[in-house]
Formats: sequence, structure tokens, C-alpha cells
Amino acid sequence: MRLTDIALLNLRRRKGKAIFLVAGLLIAVSTVVTMRTLVEAMTHDINHKLEKFGANILVVPKTETLSLSYGGMSLGGVSFEMEELLEADLAAIANIENAGNVAGVGPLVLGVAEIGDKRVLCAGVDTSVVGILKPWWKVEGELPGPDEVMPGVEAARILGLARGDTLFVAGRELTVSGILASTGSQDDQLLFTDLKTAQTLFGKEGRVSMVEVAALCKDCPIDDMVNQLSGALPSAKVMAIQQVVKGRMAALGQLKKFSLGVSAVMLFVGSLMVLVTMMGSVRERTSEIGVFRALGFRKSHVVQIIFTESACLSLVAGVLGYPLGLLITKFALPAFTEGRAVALPLDPVMAAGAVGLALLLGLVSSAYPALAATRLDPNEALRAL
Amino acid sequence: MNTLIKAEGLSKEYGSGDAVVTALSEAGFTIEEGEFVSIMGESGSGKSTLLSILGGLNSPTRGSLEVGGIDVYGLGSEQRADFRREFLGFVFQNFNLVEYLTIGENVMLPLATTRIAQRTQREMATRALGRVGLEDKIDRLPNQISGGEQERVAVARAVVNDPPLLLADEPTGNLDSRNTGEVMKLLKELNEQGMTVLMVTHSEACAAYANRTMNMADGALAWASPE
Repeated sequence: MRLTDIALLNLRRRKGKAIFLVAGLLIAVSTVVTMRTLVEAMTHDINHKLEKFGANILVVPKTETLSLSYGGMSLGGVSFEMEELLEADLAAIANIENAGNVAGVGPLVLGVAEIGDKRVLCAGVDTSVVGILKPWWKVEGELPGPDEVMPGVEAARILGLARGDTLFVAGRELTVSGILASTGSQDDQLLFTDLKTAQTLFGKEGRVSMVEVAALCKDCPIDDMVNQLSGALPSAKVMAIQQVVKGRMAALGQLKKFSLGVSAVMLFVGSLMVLVTMMGSVRERTSEIGVFRALGFRKSHVVQIIFTESACLSLVAGVLGYPLGLLITKFALPAFTEGRAVALPLDPVMAAGAVGLALLLGLVSSAYPALAATRLDPNEALRAL
Repeated sequence: MNTLIKAEGLSKEYGSGDAVVTALSEAGFTIEEGEFVSIMGESGSGKSTLLSILGGLNSPTRGSLEVGGIDVYGLGSEQRADFRREFLGFVFQNFNLVEYLTIGENVMLPLATTRIAQRTQREMATRALGRVGLEDKIDRLPNQISGGEQERVAVARAVVNDPPLLLADEPTGNLDSRNTGEVMKLLKELNEQGMTVLMVTHSEACAAYANRTMNMADGALAWASPE
């Protein structure tokens, strides 16, 4: 017979109360786990979306006067008469502190092409990173290779171009490799070609008009990336597409605050449940505690029994709380991610944290009832029979 | 014989000011090792108060108490708990068995805070239950045995660690005459085996089992049989 046996046998006998206490702690712990995993999964989802969003940083030559609207966003100035960026300088991007967060770098050369009596803006792009920078592009045909062009849907309509047609730009014959399907952006009115081809056509070998950068910002603030790129490219102006990043991050920040608030409330309610139930249990066991004390149990022995009971129940709640929280998250997540499936990997640290949290909650909430039990006068307790 | 209990001027008052109630007044006596002493008196005469003071459960307002040479109320609260575990066995009127523990586990309760091995504890419990004739009911729950048997279990629990002093508070108060006789014979046997027994009762028939009897009235103590 050990004090632990007394605690366990009491729990076994008072099953209803034990289940009630476990349920209270379980709700609190699983809510915290749910909130935390939900926020993490949504952060992951938003980062994933940001990656899909393509370029979120633009690098343009420094300018004083001109401006150009591109992609529906207000960008820095680009002047065809101005000095462009040197393509060789872009190698410095690979050396910035957060180079690991750079998913893709897309240099772009802009020039005006005259086709028949029409003028059209022609953009030379690095087709190897188009999948990262412009993942929404759908091409009827192929992306342009050397001596090939790909008109946007509006440009193709106005210029009367179809896949396989040929046209002349600056005296050079180019073949239409495909048509860029409607994007709803200015891309629909552009003529795209391979970067090298464009540089040759417009006499801009080794130079680029602007650079699009796709940065993954889970672990780095976008502003840091902008600063690092500005340092690496002193002759360029670096800008983040703030509307996208800041808007989404702000929404996530609000969600984090909300989840913290809900978790705090649930923890408070859970600890209150433990406190009230344990106090009731101590009162109910007044005579029993009196007998223990009369038989030579020290106050610390009584405390040990109460804490052992509380720790056992907390342990059960902690062990069940983590998987229950994950399960709730699994069912709740589609409502927050527009139905997309997001992986919920098992997190041993969070699992251990859930057990630790349950134990802490149970023990802290049992401290006052345990203290009350030690304050029972054994003589009064026996007279209460 | 050596003196086991030495009480001097023990008084206990409850309340304060005009509402003071004297439950025990200037009680002084000695009890030798191996004696069987009964304390008789009407309800409210102060006999249970005296027993709880002797058991280290209720600090006297005045006076001193030595048990086995130990100044009981000179000890701190936790040391007094150790004293109760090592020196005293308690038998309560209402049995006070813990209902979710088996008979064997109830008897082992005084050993739960010791370093005695589990196996030895069970052997001690079996032996104690053997002394009261209930070793075959060791795995039953309290509600599965009769009232008389529950009182005998309470006696087994009180003597499981062979304390020098057994305090019994109206041990037959809830028993019929047959069970009363059995419990009293049991206490007498324990006394004959060397255990000092101090029993509160209001039954003259039970008091007759004792070597000496103290009478209490309104908190005052008087020896009814020779000191």
C-alpha cells in the first residue's frame, strides 16, 4: 500500500468525477492544440499561396521622374532611354543573407516592337523561371524559345496572330510558339519572347529592364529581403508588392491573436473546473482525510495524494488532448482554407507541450484544494462524521 | 510497570469571552503500560475531548501530556502525525473504514507512509486480520461485511503496526450485543498480549472489561475504580 495506490483507487471508485475532470482538461488542452495547429496550418497554406502568387519583389532601375503601371500595381519607373540594370549584377542576389528564401529570379527586358503599322510592347523573359514567377500563366502552345514569340491574347487578336505564324521584328523573323491565355492583366497586350532574343532585338545585350523576384517569406519578413536586395543591388530600386504580403500577414496576425485569446479563455475555464471539482472532492472527503491524519499521515502525504490524483487525470487529458486537437483541426481546416487539403504533420514538441500544459494546469488548479486539505483540523474532520 | 501516559492539568475550552465552554477541566492522571482503562460518562461530558487530546489530535488549552516520555504537544504538527503513526492505534465509533479500499488495504493504511515493502505490509495486514478472525475477508470491500466485522477490521487497522497504545472511542456504540461482546473480548485479548488500551464508553458492561475506570462529568475527571 502506497500513497499512489490510495490516489489511484480513489479515482477508480469516483469514475464519474474523474471523467468530468479529464473532460474539462481535455477540452482546454485540445482547444489550445486546435488553435495552434490551425494557425500553423493556415500559415503554411498562406505561404504556399504566396509562393503560388509568383513574384512578390520587383527590382527596377533607379529613376527620378517616370513611372509605369504593371500588373495592376504601381511600380517604380522604367524608362527605355534610361540606363538599365546589368544582368551580371544579378548574381549578387544569390549572396544575400536570405538567399535560401529566394524561389526564383526573373530578369525582364522591355522594348517596343513595330509590327506592320502597329506598335506593341515586347518583353523578353527567362522562360525557365516562368513557372515560379507567373504560375497562373496558361499557354496554348509552347513558351517562346530563341527566335520565337508568344503574344498575349489581346495582342494576338489585334495583330491577327495564331500559333505557327511568323512575323518580323527589327528585321528578324520570329515564329509564334503559342498564345498566352487571358490573364486579366497587362500581360494580355504584350508580346513575349525569350530573354536573349529580346536583348538582341533591342540591342540590350547583358542588360535588363527590371527583375521579378519570388521570395518565400515564412521565416523572413519581406522587408528584410527588400533591404538585403537593395544592399546587393545599389543601382536598383527594390520594392515589395506590399498589398499582397502585408494584407495576408496582417490577417494571419489577427488570427493568431484570436487563437491566443480563445486558448487563454479555455485554459481559464478548464482550470476553474479542476479547482471547483477538487475543492468539492476535498470537502466530500473531509472525514476520510481526518482518518488519514489520525492514522499518522502528514500534511505532505495528503497533498501528495491530491496531486497524484490530479497528475494522473492531467496526464490522461494531455495524452488525449493532442490527437483530439489534431482531429478537430483536420475537420475545421477546410473551412479556413477554402476546402484545400493541408497536411497536418505530427509534432512531437507540441505533443509533449500538450502533456506538459495539462499537467501544469491540473497541478496549479489543485494547489488550493490541496492547501485546504492540509488546513483541515483532524479532530474537526473526525467530528464531522 | 512503566508509566505510559502522564497527564497534568489538562484543560480544554471552546469559544471565547462569555461564550467559553469548558470541555475538560484540570485533568491529571497516569496510566501504566499494559493497563486497560475505560472512560465513562454521559454524552457531552468531555470524554471524547479527552481521548482526542490523548491522541494528539486536539491541543489542550492548558496542561501537558507525555506519552512514552514524549511531550506530545511540544511536538510540531507533522511530528505529532509521526507520533500517532508510531505510538497510537485508533478505533473509531463509526468504524471509519475507507469505502473504496478493500479490508486488507484499509488495514494497511497506517503502513502506507512507511518504507515497509508491499509484501511485508500484506503479511502484517493478514496477521492483524487473523487476530480479529477476518483474514479470509481481506479482499472484500467494507460494504460487503457486517457492522461487527467492520469494527473488528477497525481494530485490526489500529493494531497492524503493534502500537504501544490503543485508543478506542465507543468502539461498540453501533453494535448489537453479540458483536459488542466479540469486540470487547478482542480488546481484552490485545490488552492481555501487552497492549495498553484506553477506551471511551458509556456502557457499564463494556467498562467492566477494563482494569480501571475513570468517570467524567461536565469536563471533570474522577476515578471510579482504584487508581
